[in-house]
Amino acid sequence: MTYIAKPKFQHPGLPKNDLGYTHRDYEGKISTLCAGCGHDSITASIIEACYELSIEPHRVAKISGIGCSSKTPDYFLGNSHGFNSVHGRMPSVLTGANLANRDLIYLGVSGDGDSASIGFGQFAHSIRRAVNMTYIVENNGVYGLTKGQFSATADRGSKSKKGVTNTDNAIDLVAIALQLGASFVARSFSGDKTQLVPLIAAAIQHKGAAFIDVVSPCVAFNNHAGSTKSFDYVREHNDAVNRLDVITGRDPITVDYAPGTVQVVEQHDGTRLALRKLDADYDPHDRLGAMTFLQKHAAKGQIVTGLLYVDPDSEDLHSHLNTVDTPLNQLGEKTLCPGNNALEKINASLR
Amino acid sequence: MKPTDISAPDYFHKVVDCQWACPAHTPVPEYIRLIAEGRYSDAYMINWRSNVFPGILGRTCDRPCEPACRRGRVEETPVAICRLKRVAADFKDDVKDQMPKLAAKNGKRVAIVGGGPASLAVARDLAPLGYHCTVFDSDPKAGGMMRSQIPKFRLPDSVIDEETGYILDLGIEFKGSHRIDSLKKLLGENYDAIFVGSGAPRGRELELPGGKEAAANIHIGIDWLSSVSFGHTTKIGKRVIVLGGGNTAMDCCRTARRLGGDDVKVIVRSGFEEMKASPWEKEDAIHEDIPILNFMVPVAFVHDNGKLTGVTFQKVKAEYDAKGKRNLVPSGERDQTIDCDDVLVAVGQENAFPWIERDCGVEFDKWNMPKVDPKTMGSTNAKVFFGGDAAFGPKNIIWAVAHGHDAALSIHKLLSGEDINERPLPEVQISSQKMGIHEWSYDNDISSDKRYKVPHRDKVIALKDIRTEVELGYDVKLALGEAQRCLNCDIQTVFTAPLCIECDACVDICPMDCITFTPNEDETDLRQHLKAPSPHHDQALYVADGLKTGRVMVKDEDVCLHCGLCAERCPTGAWDMQKYLIDMTHAGSSCPSKARSAA
Repeated sequence: MTYIAKPKFQHPGLPKNDLGYTHRDYEGKISTLCAGCGHDSITASIIEACYELSIEPHRVAKISGIGCSSKTPDYFLGNSHGFNSVHGRMPSVLTGANLANRDLIYLGVSGDGDSASIGFGQFAHSIRRAVNMTYIVENNGVYGLTKGQFSATADRGSKSKKGVTNTDNAIDLVAIALQLGASFVARSFSGDKTQLVPLIAAAIQHKGAAFIDVVSPCVAFNNHAGSTKSFDYVREHNDAVNRLDVITGRDPITVDYAPGTVQVVEQHDGTRLALRKLDADYDPHDRLGAMTFLQKHAAKGQIVTGLLYVDPDSEDLHSHLNTVDTPLNQLGEKTLCPGNNALEKINASLR
Repeated sequence: MKPTDISAPDYFHKVVDCQWACPAHTPVPEYIRLIAEGRYSDAYMINWRSNVFPGILGRTCDRPCEPACRRGRVEETPVAICRLKRVAADFKDDVKDQMPKLAAKNGKRVAIVGGGPASLAVARDLAPLGYHCTVFDSDPKAGGMMRSQIPKFRLPDSVIDEETGYILDLGIEFKGSHRIDSLKKLLGENYDAIFVGSGAPRGRELELPGGKEAAANIHIGIDWLSSVSFGHTTKIGKRVIVLGGGNTAMDCCRTARRLGGDDVKVIVRSGFEEMKASPWEKEDAIHEDIPILNFMVPVAFVHDNGKLTGVTFQKVKAEYDAKGKRNLVPSGERDQTIDCDDVLVAVGQENAFPWIERDCGVEFDKWNMPKVDPKTMGSTNAKVFFGGDAAFGPKNIIWAVAHGHDAALSIHKLLSGEDINERPLPEVQISSQKMGIHEWSYDNDISSDKRYKVPHRDKVIALKDIRTEVELGYDVKLALGEAQRCLNCDIQTVFTAPLCIECDACVDICPMDCITFTPNEDETDLRQHLKAPSPHHDQALYVADGLKTGRVMVKDEDVCLHCGLCAERCPTGAWDMQKYLIDMTHAGSSCPSKARSAA
């Protein structure tokens, strides 16, 4: 752990966003993770995405569980709301917070232990309920805090640092999220910020359950030969299906794309995503196709990355429940508890 | 871009902006760290080896290091390097036993003309090697312009005595009050080499109508200052005009304030901003209630039967032509006469070599200056060397010292039968500063303090006595605060590409966004694609190849804080913080020359 605080000085020519903030204004405390941890790069990507979107920090709630990954919200958005919850319970706390105040941007940060083991059920239910959130799993395939046992996302046949081969089948959280109806599903790699930053930005703008699985090498326990989540392995087996540019506002698309290579996706709130196809046959609107594609490539040992599925007409839990537009936490007690007469009326209507 | 060759001594030297900018290449961060540790004597000796006069320079240096200081690009003001040097001199213990020991004479004799900074630097470098050095000066004591022209309220005699003393004590023969009138004669005395450090002793005159008649109250600045310095002049009229905008003018006006001048004005032709005087010297003058009037060209001295009564000025304005060259043109306003009792003329200095016969092998150019090789300081007479203001016209003390080192090296090589054009490479040491996983042998926690002001003596007291030093210098506490502002630019970020796993940890942690991993391009394109803008193209890009992804690591050296966080967050030790010390080769250094090491 670094002992000194990160110096306050910043590059004098650093660009500013629409709010007049530099990316440094979106930082949190200095990381206490191991030097070189992939999670720190994800932290940097979240900072960059929030800076690019000119998000007001006080409009973000960052919620996490337990684990190396769940410590990271301390390292970004130091001026945002935060809740470091119980192991595996991030999705429930986030769901509750979202129900109480639908106006905030919800960032759920979790890891492979937190989401694929102890919190597997919680993860599943928040996705199927379509909670409006960006759910990021910082996936390193090991339990780093307890010195490197395989986690549930470790690939069968991969080797631990001590040379033990994993005999259990891996949970692919992307496949599960697709199956459970997530309306935005992506996978990326902590070592590829040019891919990851726009994915996080797009997910933040997405209405509904947006899920990103980020392969994030654990330099201490899972970055050796035989690991399938090491820097070298992921770089060699990364099969990106597309690259994303997030277009904010109503500006015309000025980037010059070769014809036929770009698919523009307009999301619910009017933001647009320009998807540069790398795999001509890949259709990010086809949920079943995506699932098949994933399985086929996984069988070949490839890690499929990019925006794998997006539903432009997505809905969220609030639209399903038909809640009022005003966040519940802003309603007065009288509105929230209309009294005995109102209760009598409801009861009468059910008799 | 081609990968950076960090083994070239100049590469990391340039990163230490202050040291690179210092003509004598003083290892600034190294002595500032020693000051922070309270090791004042060690800090002093590091300075002494490089710039010979730490106490004098700590009060009077032109400080080319400070505009270069990296801190000035990171925040508003650079580190007060100059005044920290004074701290080392003020708080050191007795350093006499750290001085070179008296050397056994080697039988070679060197004559040194003039007793100023360049000459004394030559003597100091040569005497410990056994040369018999004889220094001639027309003044009774050594020091040259440092003693005669810099007012005592800026530089007390005690400091000059001490630091010239360290040198003269090395067994140097000093012949005071001994003016050299003929180089030919000196050459005839069979010295093995002669060094000319006679300065630029002649103040430029201002020939204007009325000047001859009113001459009694019109004084040449440097002559007047030296007359004050030696106690010959002790008063001046109540109303004084100082003409000129350089540091001599600032010394003149402040001296005049102490000798009875109640109403002292500095009047300059140019604009205030373009004045040659250092900004801090202008500040000090203004602080002593001396107004500086600009864009006024003197056209006549006004007198009443030979008694000076004032100076008439034409008002001008600056106009810039298409090439950006400035011209001063009349503004059309009426001329203005300003009353005064005395005028001090400080409009420049000139060299004068009436004592060098033109037929003794030393050739002169069309400006009547000796032809001097800027590398060796040699003249067209193989035995005769020049340095200080005598070589290339008026500069300053630190340049004089640098010339002295170069000339001494040449003399030593000449008298050892070597080629003086072959200059030895500097000695470079580079060593890791890692002490533990996140511990370094230097304090890498960056202070965000603003520059500390040097305390001044109360103005009322300061103006009463010309020998009372105005600046009090930092005390220990202020010095520590100021020393902590130094960014330790000599602790270099050294990158070893084969160890890098491209995890981006350094990129993410760097507070100044200095580091980028990107496909290689030529420099212009590369500068466009860095993580942060790169406006200073004179600041190097450190490029390393050999990464697994085929990209290059590019570090813009410009605003790196040398905080070491890249190295702390690096999981594989691909980044390391290494202290880079460069010792400029002085006479007698044992470092092999390029040619020898190739042989």
